[in-house]
Amino acid sequence: MMSRATKARSSAERRVLDEAGGLRAMTWVMAIMLFLTMLAAALGLATAGAARLLDRQLAGRLTVQIVDGDPVRRDVAAARVLAALRAMPAVATATPVDRAELTRLLQPWLGSDGADPQLPVPAMIDVDLADHDEAAASRAAATVRRLGSSVRVDRHESWMSPVNDVMRTLTFLALALVLLMASATASVVVLAARAGLQTHRATIAVMHMLGSTDLQVARLFQRRIALDATIGGVGGGVAALLVVAFIGIRLHGLGSDLLGGVTLGGVDWVVLALLPVAFVVLATLAARVTIVRALRHIL
Amino acid sequence: MRKRRYGHWHGHQAGESGRNNVMANIVQFENVGLRYGLGPDAGPETLSDLSFTLRSGAFYFLTGASGAGKTSLLKLLYLAQRPTRGVIRLFGEDAVVLSRDRLPGFRRRIGVVFQDFRLVPHLSTWDNIALPLRVAGMPEADIEQPVREMLTWVGLGDRADARPATLSGGEQQRVAIARAVIARPEILVADEPTGNVDPDMAERLLHLFESLNKLGTTVVVATHDFHLLGRIPGAQMMRLDRGRLLDPTGSLRYPPTRPE
Repeated sequence: MMSRATKARSSAERRVLDEAGGLRAMTWVMAIMLFLTMLAAALGLATAGAARLLDRQLAGRLTVQIVDGDPVRRDVAAARVLAALRAMPAVATATPVDRAELTRLLQPWLGSDGADPQLPVPAMIDVDLADHDEAAASRAAATVRRLGSSVRVDRHESWMSPVNDVMRTLTFLALALVLLMASATASVVVLAARAGLQTHRATIAVMHMLGSTDLQVARLFQRRIALDATIGGVGGGVAALLVVAFIGIRLHGLGSDLLGGVTLGGVDWVVLALLPVAFVVLATLAARVTIVRALRHIL
Repeated sequence: MRKRRYGHWHGHQAGESGRNNVMANIVQFENVGLRYGLGPDAGPETLSDLSFTLRSGAFYFLTGASGAGKTSLLKLLYLAQRPTRGVIRLFGEDAVVLSRDRLPGFRRRIGVVFQDFRLVPHLSTWDNIALPLRVAGMPEADIEQPVREMLTWVGLGDRADARPATLSGGEQQRVAIARAVIARPEILVADEPTGNVDPDMAERLLHLFESLNKLGTTVVVATHDFHLLGRIPGAQMMRLDRGRLLDPTGSLRYPPTRPE
């Protein structure tokens, strides 16, 4: 607990720069910067998580098509392939796609004609592999292709790769935004510190004449900026976390497999919660370095 | 590292005088010149060929007409300015080539009363006076007594919480003086310290300087007020005229006399 004497000293030291209007603006600047940064970081973390989830899910999924114009031959081949798939240790589940389901999927393009049993629609089997890594998926696909000349294998990974690319791009964009915001915050702190130095030039001169070291003077500024940054950081951070949580709930409510993956894990929330701390440290260091460098030019 | 004394003011009387103790040179100027500005923007020399010594524990008045260079000379003394040429030895060390890192340590040994007071506007009288002790790292518990004594000494005991803006010119000057002397500096430099106070208060402040001087502090007071010059027995006088000391030998006059 802070003693009365210590309180008196720190209170007096704070008042040395009490009228630092430029520094007071730091509270709002930090709140806004941190709010935007945390939204960008949340987007990055969520899309990165979704991309990883998509990778895991798609890498272990295949759709096997049996393409044959003769429906009888097609169905015989499909049954044979299905049995072979189910016998493979690498395959966790193999499920034929229901004919009615196929008709429903084709309806937007073929209308009621899609229900014609004579239509040469391929038989399809959804396959979930036991191992979801890339090598296991490639091995399984090659084995399945050898089951017959009418067998085609679609790896979900390949047709979903554009989606995955977009997600990775969003992740990198979010990371770039976070870095940009951090740089902008540091720049704002540098400008605020320089403005503060200008405003308090006379007081600093007195402090120097009384024997203050540059670090003692810098400490006055960095304490002020750290306080403003903490207040702003907590405000902006809490607001951002509420917005992120709200969006997360809305996405979850959509029931979409793809968007449902765009959620934050426990580690992601910890990273977000640490961002304000990182920004306060960044602001404090930027202030210290700026002030000490500037003071070197003053006798 | 040199250990500072932050003794309290009561209990130190004239009988404990440090003036008659070791009278080594505490300040030495050799052919010092000062010119403001650099290169083509440089003006004429504000101070020229200053050579003199100040003895530890002595009391000096610095006089001269306005613009004679008194404030510039004081700035050199309290290390706010480096000379353009010459050598300044302070506390036995060459102050001209002193690194920035060592300046704070030297400045803490010098008390300064600025002509324009330079109080920190957002601090109370109490905190302004306590500032040198806080800068020096004195524990907060040890600060209270010397500050209270100093407030009483300069007659501002009831103005401890007042901000400088609410103080009169004379009160601000007394705060500035209290701030300059509270850390018991080895050299006290005062620029027109009695300029804004009535004769009675001027007398009291001069008595304060004299008390400090008797404790061993070397005092340099720049003043226009010739009535003050005879008030300190044994004080010496330096007269500046257009940046030059009138007595180029550096043997300062004693006792002081009123200049023609």
